[in-house]
Amino acid sequence: MPQNENNIIEMHGITKRFPGVLANENINFSVSCGEIHALLGENGAGKSTLMNILSGLYKPDEGDIFVKGKRIQIGSPRHAIEAGIGMVHQHFRLVENFSVAENITLGMSTPRFRLDMTAIEDEVATLSKKYGLQLDPRAEIWQLSVGEQQRVEIVKMLYRGADVLILDEPTAVLTPQEARELFATLDRMKATGRSIIFITHKLDEVMHVADRVTVLRGGRVAATVNKKDVTSRQLASLMVGKEHSATLPEKDSLHSEPVLTLSGVTAYGDRGTIALDGVSLQVRAGEILGIAGVAGNGQRELTEVITGLRRTHSGTISLHGQNITNKTPLEIIDSGVSYVPEDRYGTGMAPNLSIVDNIILKSYRSPVMSKGPFIDYDAAKRHAKELVERFQVKTAGIHSAARLLSGGNAQKLLLGREISSDPKLLVAAYPTRGLDIGAAEAIRSILVNQRNQGVAILLISEDLDELIRLSDRIAIMFAGKIMGTLNRDEWNIEHIGLLMAGVLDVQDEEALT
Amino acid sequence: MTQTTVGFITAVLAAAVQAGTPLLYAALGEILTERVGIINLSVEGIMLVGAVSGFLATVATKNLAVGILGAAIAGGIIAAIHAFLSVSLKVNQVVSGLSLSLFATGVSGYLGKPIIGVPAPVSFKPYPIPGLSKIPVLGQMFFKHNLLVYGSYFLVAFLWYFLYKTRPGLHMRSVGESPRTADSLGINVNAVQYAYTIIGGALSGIAGAYLSLAYAPSWIEQMTAGRGWIAIALVIFAVWNPLRAMVGAYLFGGIEALGFRIQVVGATISPIVLKMMPYIFTIAVLIITTARSATYKTEAPQALGVPYERE
Repeated sequence: MPQNENNIIEMHGITKRFPGVLANENINFSVSCGEIHALLGENGAGKSTLMNILSGLYKPDEGDIFVKGKRIQIGSPRHAIEAGIGMVHQHFRLVENFSVAENITLGMSTPRFRLDMTAIEDEVATLSKKYGLQLDPRAEIWQLSVGEQQRVEIVKMLYRGADVLILDEPTAVLTPQEARELFATLDRMKATGRSIIFITHKLDEVMHVADRVTVLRGGRVAATVNKKDVTSRQLASLMVGKEHSATLPEKDSLHSEPVLTLSGVTAYGDRGTIALDGVSLQVRAGEILGIAGVAGNGQRELTEVITGLRRTHSGTISLHGQNITNKTPLEIIDSGVSYVPEDRYGTGMAPNLSIVDNIILKSYRSPVMSKGPFIDYDAAKRHAKELVERFQVKTAGIHSAARLLSGGNAQKLLLGREISSDPKLLVAAYPTRGLDIGAAEAIRSILVNQRNQGVAILLISEDLDELIRLSDRIAIMFAGKIMGTLNRDEWNIEHIGLLMAGVLDVQDEEALT
Repeated sequence: MTQTTVGFITAVLAAAVQAGTPLLYAALGEILTERVGIINLSVEGIMLVGAVSGFLATVATKNLAVGILGAAIAGGIIAAIHAFLSVSLKVNQVVSGLSLSLFATGVSGYLGKPIIGVPAPVSFKPYPIPGLSKIPVLGQMFFKHNLLVYGSYFLVAFLWYFLYKTRPGLHMRSVGESPRTADSLGINVNAVQYAYTIIGGALSGIAGAYLSLAYAPSWIEQMTAGRGWIAIALVIFAVWNPLRAMVGAYLFGGIEALGFRIQVVGATISPIVLKMMPYIFTIAVLIITTARSATYKTEAPQALGVPYERE
């Protein structure tokens, strides 16, 4: 039986097992009308599983769900929508080649056959205006920014009359300004009596926007508290189970010779549009240059021109004064560039090959790893064992397939492989994305360690806190351009955020201050 | 222009529609299939099974409607096997399609053994549409054909409307573009993929029956002569749009027809080269369309050929 009349949702004793994993264990969770309820936890804590159960993608093995006081079975996403529960997934569920209005009417049952798109477009425009969500109903999704796409997702759920909106890590892809706009929208929705469940692992967001917080840890509820009764420090310890110390080794500011120099680099993206537009930057020995920016503004293309995977259309790239523009990836590797790609299982590794094979993917040509034309597997195995131990990679053995490694372990191994060749330059794209706090910290300390040993590091990340902690300088990318490069003593989140949104360019900096 | 040149061109155009119609039926079927994200490469085999089944059903009942129905059902059955393998078992669709094509070709040969050389008891005859068929050139080209040709005109118009102007059309396209999105909005991805793969197969079956009951009323082994493969290339040429498929089908049909007519007027081109023309043209079209798609946004359904699994 539901316990409280004011609860629009109650989940009782929810348990969900996956092969080998207990994702949710006896979870009790409730949301009352007109509240913003944060669901906080590390990656793998069971947040998404719990919400996928509520939105009908998974069926729980045990437990009951009550919506508006009635016990219901949510067998499919359609049932969830009918019960007034709408979920905005972290990876948007939108059809790229459809218009905004087509995406919003998709899956509805009326009108049954003929679609009068003009009428639907008008309805969408009215609804989005009502909640202050600017949208052009005729635009196709691929033309929209990520922030706009998120608005489409929200309007889609409102259009279906959702009373409960579940948002899965909604700010991960937004600039700080876009995130603030989102929070304002959520407040407006709360004022109309709707409830919002906000999945996140960012404490400051919880403190900013939530009324109540449920913390999950290891698939169980660690606590449900009112925000005003807790501090972010207490929440952090509830989340990881121990007080978290996040101090990195002290860094001394080196000013040494430039290792990587890009001047006026222009390159095209996959769709034939300009992806890099006159990019100039320098990375010096023993410094971390952070690249801030919303994903998709040329970061991937930047890493690819440096590593030789994409053609540079104009401009030059040099390493220690030696021109490496449009050299082959092998020549660039040999001149001392290491690369931790964005897509660690796809580009970084061959997932079906063993750990040993993955470790020697780049070094098999070296005399150390070969016996004449053959690979010296004894040397390869020794090297693999050494890396696994040095970086504390948890494996089922060095002969098991790389795809069986968890995200954190795969990344440790990949980073280990890349730095074991003593690079001069390390290009790391989103190295901690999707990792839990422990693994992310391990990766960060490896990066700082390398920097202290004099390696030049180009670090791309969408986590601003991470960039601010690790970088010596931060360059901000927007629409393929470097909007500005800031030193440690001159940056603040607000300024970086504006540059990320393309609001200012370098000349306007004085105007801001 | 002389009277004979006009006559020659008009005859080639009319023959283009005649030869293009089986390509059109098969291409429309494949468009429906690929629009829900399934590649079915067994069109050639399905056409053969459709041709032989339609012929057998007509011989047995002397009724052309039953013949067409039989061809559609037989095509639907082969396509249902492909749907089961691709949707439920999530096997590689290319491998499944290719092996089913070989399998279906074999089945058609087996079923057709007793009827080789048997003349069709009834067949589709041209039925000039009063009035319209009198229009110069166009009348000859479009309105002096059999019922199956006229049926294809309606089908093209209906499918265009269905795909772009109706809710079921929007829903089925969303399945081929982003099954995850469709699933999250309560659209039954598997059911939609089964349904359109089977309907697509039925249309390929009818394409085959057109050959054995209208184009050359008889059963000959391998009588499709690669038209199924051409239809698949045509789908890419048509960028998955029924209207453009119609244009493409008549273009291909025209090249085939031209081959015959040039021989008749006594041009000195080797007949072997002329017979190769549609296939050479197919290769050329594929090269051109893929080169185009490398520079522009392609309009292929984004999830084409990718089995859908919930996370």
